[in-house]
Amino acid sequence: MNKLTRRDFIKFSGSLGAYSACAGLVSSLSACASKEKKLARVVIIGGGFGGASCAKYLHRFAPDVDITLIERDKQYITCPFSNMVLGGIRDMASITHGYNKLASSYAINIMHDAVTAIDPVAKTVTTAGSGSVQYDRLVVSPGIGFRWDQIEGYDATISQRVAHAWKAGPQTALLRKQLMAMDDGGTVIVAPPANPFRCPPGPYERVSMMAHYLTHNKPKSKILILDAKDKFSKQPLFMQGWDALYPGMIEWVKGTAGGIVSGIDVKTNELVNELGDRFKGDVINLIPPQKAGVLAHIAGLVDKTGWCPVNQRTFESKIHQHVHVIGDACIAGKMPKSGFAANSQGKVCAAAIAASLGGYDMPDPSYVNTCYSLVAPDYGISVAAVYKVSNETIVKVEGSGGVSPKDADAIFRQQEAVYGAGWYDSITSDMFT
Amino acid sequence: MKSIQQFFLTVIVLACTLTSSLLNAAEVTRGAMLANSCAACHGTDGKSPGSIPAIYGKPASYLAKALMDFRDGKRPSTVMGRHAKAYSDEEIKLIADFFTR
Ligand SMILES: Cc1cc2nc3c(=O)[nH]c(=O)nc-3n(C[C@H](O)[C@H](O)[C@H](O)COP(=O)(O)OP(=O)(O)OC[C@H]3O[C@@H](n4cnc5c(N)ncnc54)[C@H](O)[C@@H]3O)c2cc1C
Repeated sequence: MNKLTRRDFIKFSGSLGAYSACAGLVSSLSACASKEKKLARVVIIGGGFGGASCAKYLHRFAPDVDITLIERDKQYITCPFSNMVLGGIRDMASITHGYNKLASSYAINIMHDAVTAIDPVAKTVTTAGSGSVQYDRLVVSPGIGFRWDQIEGYDATISQRVAHAWKAGPQTALLRKQLMAMDDGGTVIVAPPANPFRCPPGPYERVSMMAHYLTHNKPKSKILILDAKDKFSKQPLFMQGWDALYPGMIEWVKGTAGGIVSGIDVKTNELVNELGDRFKGDVINLIPPQKAGVLAHIAGLVDKTGWCPVNQRTFESKIHQHVHVIGDACIAGKMPKSGFAANSQGKVCAAAIAASLGGYDMPDPSYVNTCYSLVAPDYGISVAAVYKVSNETIVKVEGSGGVSPKDADAIFRQQEAVYGAGWYDSITSDMFT
Repeated sequence: MKSIQQFFLTVIVLACTLTSSLLNAAEVTRGAMLANSCAACHGTDGKSPGSIPAIYGKPASYLAKALMDFRDGKRPSTVMGRHAKAYSDEEIKLIADFFTR
């Protein structure tokens, strides 16, 4: 480096002067923005649909709050549109997102680490890599966990061979690989779980995308759905689409007709139902029953249902004070477990925390969900609703919402496919940019 | 030396950005509670990056009329009719004002 010249030194100290003036302004502004001298610290665990949205909107509502987002993975691969990867109409890169913009544009501290414990009394979070972190308010958005014990012979290890693909990433890639390796004339079995579970229309969109791929590549193949339920989300619309686009390819067995899968025999590639009937698949996609993410269980945030009870206005846990739970893990009245819902809850939770730290009342919240599904690349359907709190639970605003019309024409279905992709672009930019 | 100057310049810019963001804290209003939901499809603040129409900066009167027409079935839509039916005239005005800012 060159020696410091006099001119440089003047420039240098000039910059310093401007800097300290500006810094002084910042600190005096911070001082009047928050009554306490110390900045409030909010820690958010889980950088998915709930956590990422909450972090960004909390910064917008309360820029003087110190926000730390703790997420295990460096990249977030969305479940939404992972079915399109299975169908071969999207690649994995197009559903992969990073956290750089949250850090650079919203001053959010990003910590890539796994949380191993929460102490709600000491108000600390323990991580595997860097010890403990103190919080004033904690937000937990860990997504789902699986009830492996409900399916005999299935567990996390077996799922490396028989995919659930209900968390996107390597599981999605595994199922796609198996589908591509299957011979024409093979049978794919998809086994969706009982309610409540992540993304109610998801398994049926997946079947649609698999059928799209098979129709174009292995048209003699079949898809068998062994469903734990007797009805499913947007059922008439899905079935109408399947009849029109994939006639004879898809068979649906409902729960009371033998669809409830209770075991798997990996040696023979068979699923076993409650009656002991066996179903052989060339590719098996077994989606186990679900509960709140493991962390919620470790932290004692769940009730006997396995999900997290919260105040549905603020998402503060009913079990631990100053800990909020959002997204799939929480019990949110009539809202489904969707990415859209988690995003909506993240914003309401951010407002509740900003209001609580700022010492003012939060106005009445409003929540929205819309789930687009693709039946084919140019054939979209949707279900939508607006929600509010009534008697302490989230309910649909009467008269709002519903599903796409059954008698819509091809242009309408195509428009909904285009808007579905638009939704994906918007919500991922709302979370990550 | 250049790099040191650049560093301090960056610091100043950062500090000033921080200052302006402090001034620009989004208020937790009923309008924000309603309108932030729209961002999931129309983008943050209505700035849509994709195929869904942007609504940022559109005149409040235009947005309010569109929402009321969707709600009352006077304007065809795929999903907006189903959403707009949730909102009163007053709520529609709050949403429209939010995106006009
Ligand atoms: C096939 C499929 C399709 C779907 N399609 C749609 C759709 O079209 N539209 C829609 O709205 N929704 C859809 N969903 C649902 C959506 O993916 C979920 O509802 C959404 O991800 C829930 O958000 P979340 O924040 O609760 O959890 P997640 O998004 O799962 O985020 C949880 C995050 O927490 C992290 N984490 C967990 N534990 C820890 C820990 N101990 N330490 C650190 N980090 C941790 C995880 O790594 C993860 O990133 C779909 C789901 C599936 C499976």
